[in-house]
Amino acid sequence: MSQVFLARADVRGALVGLVLGLALALGLPALPGVGAGLSLRTLTVCAIYALAAAGVGVLYGRLGLVSIMQIGLVAVGGWVTLRIYHATHLPFEVVMVLAALVTAVVGVLVGLPALRLSGLSLAIVTLMVAGALEVLVTYAGFPNGGDGFLGRASGGTLAAIMPRPALGQSDDDFFRYVGVAVVVVLALLRWLLMVRPGRTWAAIRQGEAGAVSLGVNTVAHRLFALAVTSAVTGVAGALLAASSGILDPASFKAQQSVLLFATVLIGGVFSLLGAVIGGLLFYGLPQLLSTVGVDGNLVFVVLGLGLVQAITTTQAGIAGQLGGLWRRLRQPRPRRPREVTA
Amino acid sequence: MSRLTLSGITVRYGGVTPLDDVSLAFESGVCGVIGPNGAGKTTTFNVLSGFALPVAGSVDLDGDDLLAVPAHRRARWGLRRSFQQEQVVRTLTARENVLLAAEHSGSPAADVDRALDYVGLDRPHRLGAELTMFERRLVDIASCVVGAPRLVLLDEPAAGLDPAESEQLLGLITRIPEEVGALVLLVDHDMDLVRAACGTVAVLDFGRRIAAGPTLQVLGSPEVRKAYLGIDEEVTA
Repeated sequence: MSQVFLARADVRGALVGLVLGLALALGLPALPGVGAGLSLRTLTVCAIYALAAAGVGVLYGRLGLVSIMQIGLVAVGGWVTLRIYHATHLPFEVVMVLAALVTAVVGVLVGLPALRLSGLSLAIVTLMVAGALEVLVTYAGFPNGGDGFLGRASGGTLAAIMPRPALGQSDDDFFRYVGVAVVVVLALLRWLLMVRPGRTWAAIRQGEAGAVSLGVNTVAHRLFALAVTSAVTGVAGALLAASSGILDPASFKAQQSVLLFATVLIGGVFSLLGAVIGGLLFYGLPQLLSTVGVDGNLVFVVLGLGLVQAITTTQAGIAGQLGGLWRRLRQPRPRRPREVTA
Repeated sequence: MSRLTLSGITVRYGGVTPLDDVSLAFESGVCGVIGPNGAGKTTTFNVLSGFALPVAGSVDLDGDDLLAVPAHRRARWGLRRSFQQEQVVRTLTARENVLLAAEHSGSPAADVDRALDYVGLDRPHRLGAELTMFERRLVDIASCVVGAPRLVLLDEPAAGLDPAESEQLLGLITRIPEEVGALVLLVDHDMDLVRAACGTVAVLDFGRRIAAGPTLQVLGSPEVRKAYLGIDEEVTA
């Protein structure tokens, strides 16, 4: 079908999000006071995890699929990025795209047998996958310029790190680089949600039988969703690898995937703003707690309470509540009728 | 003139046989499939939609073997279906809902507006969640007539509607064959609707066909009145 139908309100919302996102990405480092609570480096990693959060959010909010392997896929994206870079020294942007593609393939291969499952079963299977990926990266380590398939430096070889991309050498520039990359990827995802694939995913979430009767090949569209969200998560892995040039397997524990899912639920699964909030809660909140002298592990308690609040009060999370507040503020207040005095 | 033939259809779920060697034939227009709860009406629709696989029998529409077509390809083949519980996607607009049906059945996008005009839905840019039950039923009908359907299955399309709304829906349903040339099968418990909409009707009971023919003649037969309407001629006479 050649024609593309977009609801006007959707396009307006997406454009506003795009402009605000770009302004924030480019302008934030220059704002006075930035770095007082959370360092720019922390905010950079928060933005990166917003991509992983977007993957979880789209799968759950648009298709009703509970995937708890996203941090494992971030590790896959990071591993592939480092491996390809050390083998080829291609520009980072090319490596990032290749890492996204490989992560998409891994996501689809993992998802293929799991697609017959749904709900809790799928959640448990994907959590097991996250556990398996954690074991794999712990065993294999992340490539650091060595030989062989695993690319690990050993013996007399010196470990190498991957340099930051040419346009993001300083912390400020790297924040801008990551910010623009995140906004562009989220914008592409938003566009996808507004056109045929997004409509089709919404139909699958509404009801499998109804979708099939419309002519939807539900398996193919679920796999496509897994491929897209895995690719987005692969980009997160690539950017994370670029931030410090090397990755630590300890950052990719399976329990982190559970935490990410929780933060996305609190942030809101029905909008990409929810993913950004999820990224901030996932990586920024523990850092903030540490900054104020509170044990970072308390984050589980704080997020647990947040999750209870999110599930019991609103399915749309913080993003949904902010949206509701915005709509209420924009609505003209009904005038109180004047009292008639005799 | 379309002709749909189901021959010797048997469906088994473990020890249960919801359809037992059922043979039915329908020709053009709006045809009814009626029977008490558990008679096999929805299972018949599920066989036609590809959700239930018969262990025996065949389905033929104008020479095409429908059972050979995978479930998700049947919309492209020309099958449309509405469900007892309407399936309008709440997070999409009414127009996007009809567009979905057009996109996945290989129908031209321009046909979406024709389908919406046909049902007369006001402000189709509203989200599915904002529509009334009647408006959702209209979206269902619009999705069923978009493109070039050959066979339209309507499963209790008037469920939850008031008499005036049912009347309006009846007008839309009866015009489908002349509007798009499709054969329409209607399952409903509302006998007034069935009587007004259907030229012919088939009656199922306990997974078997107990009667078929012109609607008024079938509804008047003692066997049907006893099995379905609960009126026992001998006792009441």
